[in-house]
Amino acid sequence: MTAYIIRRLAVAIPTLLILVILSFILMYAAPGGPFNSDRPLPPQVLANLEAKYGLDQPFWKRITTYVWSVTTQFDFGPSFKFKDRSVNDIISQGFPVTLTYGFWSFIVAVVVGVSLGAAAAIRQNTWLDYLAVGISVGAQVLPNFVLGPILIIVFTLWLGVLPGGGWNGGQWQYLVMPVIALSTSYMASIARITRSSMLEVLNTNFIRTARAKGLSPTRVIWKHALKPTMLPVISYLGPAFVGMITGSVVVDLIFSTGGIGQFFVNSAFSRDYSVIMGITILVGSLTILFNLVVDILYAWIDPKIRY
Amino acid sequence: MSLLEIDNMRVTFTTADGDVNAVNGVSFGIDAGETLAVVGESGSGKSQTAFAAMGLLAKNGRATGEARFDGKDLLKMSLPEINKIRSKEIAMIFQDPMTSLNPYIRISEQMAEVLMLHKGMSKSDAIADSVKMLDAVKIPDARNRIRSFPHEFSGGMRQRIMIAMSLLCQPRLLIADEPTTALDVTVQAQIMQLLGEIRDEFGTAIILITHDLGVVAGFCDRTLVLYGGQIMEDGPTQTVFDNPSHPYTRGLLKAVPRLDRADAELLTIAGEPPDMSRLPQGCPFSPRCAQVQNTCASLRPELQGFGADRRRACLLPVEEVA
Amino acid sequence: MFPNKATVESLEDAAHMAEVQGRSLWGDARERFFRNRAAVVSLIVLICIAAFGFLGELVAQWERDFVDFSLMGANATQGVPSFETGHYFGTDASGRDLFARVVQGTRISLMVGIVGAMVAVIVGTLYGATAGYFGGRIDGIMMRTVDVLMSIPFMFVLILMLVIFGRSLFMLFLGIGLISWLDMARIARGQTLSIKNKEFVEVAFATGVHPLKIILRHIVPNLLGIVIVYATLLVPSMIIFESFISFLGLGVQEPNTSLGALISEGNKNVGNGTPWQLAFPLAFFVVTIFAFFFVGDGLRDALDPKDR
Repeated sequence: MTAYIIRRLAVAIPTLLILVILSFILMYAAPGGPFNSDRPLPPQVLANLEAKYGLDQPFWKRITTYVWSVTTQFDFGPSFKFKDRSVNDIISQGFPVTLTYGFWSFIVAVVVGVSLGAAAAIRQNTWLDYLAVGISVGAQVLPNFVLGPILIIVFTLWLGVLPGGGWNGGQWQYLVMPVIALSTSYMASIARITRSSMLEVLNTNFIRTARAKGLSPTRVIWKHALKPTMLPVISYLGPAFVGMITGSVVVDLIFSTGGIGQFFVNSAFSRDYSVIMGITILVGSLTILFNLVVDILYAWIDPKIRY
Repeated sequence: MSLLEIDNMRVTFTTADGDVNAVNGVSFGIDAGETLAVVGESGSGKSQTAFAAMGLLAKNGRATGEARFDGKDLLKMSLPEINKIRSKEIAMIFQDPMTSLNPYIRISEQMAEVLMLHKGMSKSDAIADSVKMLDAVKIPDARNRIRSFPHEFSGGMRQRIMIAMSLLCQPRLLIADEPTTALDVTVQAQIMQLLGEIRDEFGTAIILITHDLGVVAGFCDRTLVLYGGQIMEDGPTQTVFDNPSHPYTRGLLKAVPRLDRADAELLTIAGEPPDMSRLPQGCPFSPRCAQVQNTCASLRPELQGFGADRRRACLLPVEEVA
Repeated sequence: MFPNKATVESLEDAAHMAEVQGRSLWGDARERFFRNRAAVVSLIVLICIAAFGFLGELVAQWERDFVDFSLMGANATQGVPSFETGHYFGTDASGRDLFARVVQGTRISLMVGIVGAMVAVIVGTLYGATAGYFGGRIDGIMMRTVDVLMSIPFMFVLILMLVIFGRSLFMLFLGIGLISWLDMARIARGQTLSIKNKEFVEVAFATGVHPLKIILRHIVPNLLGIVIVYATLLVPSMIIFESFISFLGLGVQEPNTSLGALISEGNKNVGNGTPWQLAFPLAFFVVTIFAFFFVGDGLRDALDPKDR
């Protein structure tokens, strides 16, 4: 198992490096520097600015400096637009917010999704099954940027029970709608995957063997069917994680929660390259790390995986 | 009283293309300690009869009739009631040992849970008993290998494990559903030998479901031939083999390769197994029967007793079956 | 002379075979598809939506970029959907005819969806088929690369690209297509692995046909069924994807628009008493996505019945 983890790490680390280098090259290739604006700066000021941010250095020097400071000191450098703030400041302000509602969204999506899907499979062709299938089909066409506005219309404008945005230190009232908006479509996908996976598992020969042993239905499901049912769900967790991180950008925009997504979009409009790169690299590393965890979880459940 | 008495059993599956009648009024019994072969092609309803008796039909299947075990109808039992009989009184071995064991759980767990459930044993006792049973079915180094997962064993070994698992509670009836079909020929012989030893040692009654008459010959007391979900012929194995009373049985016997006779011609039965959703009105075998009569297609033959402890369902007089 | 029994039997067998094979794989699939009511209705809906997107401008009473200054600031009362004014769907915040805007948005969303899916499917199929066909080391490296790429959140990279190289439809097509080929590559590889051991591929290989030709002539055509199903299911994801980017304001740029951009605009103005600005684009969006999913499901059931 240890050897397996080490081998997976051996892939994850180069992937991260590639991501860092790739984003740097993209930025380097960008036409026009970050200080190009409608009102051209005097050449002397521009040169001073470029010297300050090290932009006058040759390519290889800049890239090694950047990669080095990112990988060894987790330092993404200064923001090009907010003169007095570093990228790290911005991330440390927005990231806890994203992490909080992201965590709850993930929990809701997995717990509700798996329970709903499993219940639907066990009670196939009952109202519960139809309800679960209905929800998962409906949620498929309601991506977060559609669901978010609808939630605001219903709960804020119409019923007036929840605040339409803001964060307020993460009080639960401010969490409810972002979590629903972010988790629903993944919850639906997880429910769908769980349902079809469990239906397949319940039809296998080894479940028939378990029933032939005289085990109770509860034991058949918990002891014999749950592990294999979860395998496709676990494989989906990686893409779901990527989707949620991406979706957090929209959630931040709709609910003004102040997560990193909001900074990301603002920087995208103001061409604040260092912030965009910093957030992209952060999100990329998180994803790669998460996928590593998922792989290990998968290998732990499925004894047929060779470490 | 028979140990298990199947009475007029019918099994119907509801599918998108209409109802499929897999078993159409099958009746037979098996006594304690007896060995019964249920023979037929795939789709003849032989496995579904067993599944129905055990309450293991697929979700879209329904069974009617009776399956009395110790005089109590298994088909009318609630799930908790029949769960007390499964594995404890009637155990089953399945066709495909590669998929019949749970690949995600250690053998030790899979075996021990049977004893813990039916005998109320502690886990360590249950595992100790399971090791003994694995020794009995000749799994080498059972004490250590019981901690393995199923994929770490070969097909033959897995079938041995299945057999060991089914015998844990020393059931009175063992239903073996094509236990050797998925295995190599040499392994087949070993498994059949093992089943024979078990029968002699524990006195377990065995229903052997198979399409392989070669397996039946030296092993079973009685042979029951199924076709299209109906019994074609039933009788003591030796007499059925020496003197088949049904054209279908005759065809089956001719289709068994004979290695002891160089001149023996290997014949096949022409045509395809029947479409169970559209059985002929008369004898199900009539479309393929070499001795088909004018009346066969429209008149369904009754299963009637004759001779010494035999039954047959054919319009043709016994003497004329050739 | 009478034909002997064996001849008769073989003729009967042949007749039997002919009867069984009378329906081709595709004919069978077509029949199954048309038996699926949800899929057929969805297909009709899709055709209607496509007609709306491509022909709707003939019906519109106003040019889509005509700004009705008289409506500025009085949208909530004057820009209401109505047949009298000719603004069937009302007007948007700048006083433009929403009907004409939705027509254009639908068209662009459909185009982005279809073109994006096509890029993804073509790249993915060729890549997957190549990896699967060659197998071994090449396969290992190619699929490992896919794994690595899959673990990068591409939406961020795409936004980075849109910011750096400027926002354009071309960039959007390229970016969306390039992100989505990964799944297709995996599916195509899996299928290729099972196809490449079939006799007709072995014969082609044994007679010295060039690998590239084998892949294009023998393997890709046999992947067609699964590719069609996947492409149909990919189109709605592409539309969602594009709408997502447009919702952030990074996608399609004015004066062009897409359903996502319209939803975003409608959302911004929802507090101004103009709910139709959100309702119409949203309805078209939801119905389109729904229809694509149902058609895709129907196709999957039709082409791969064992998967039900």
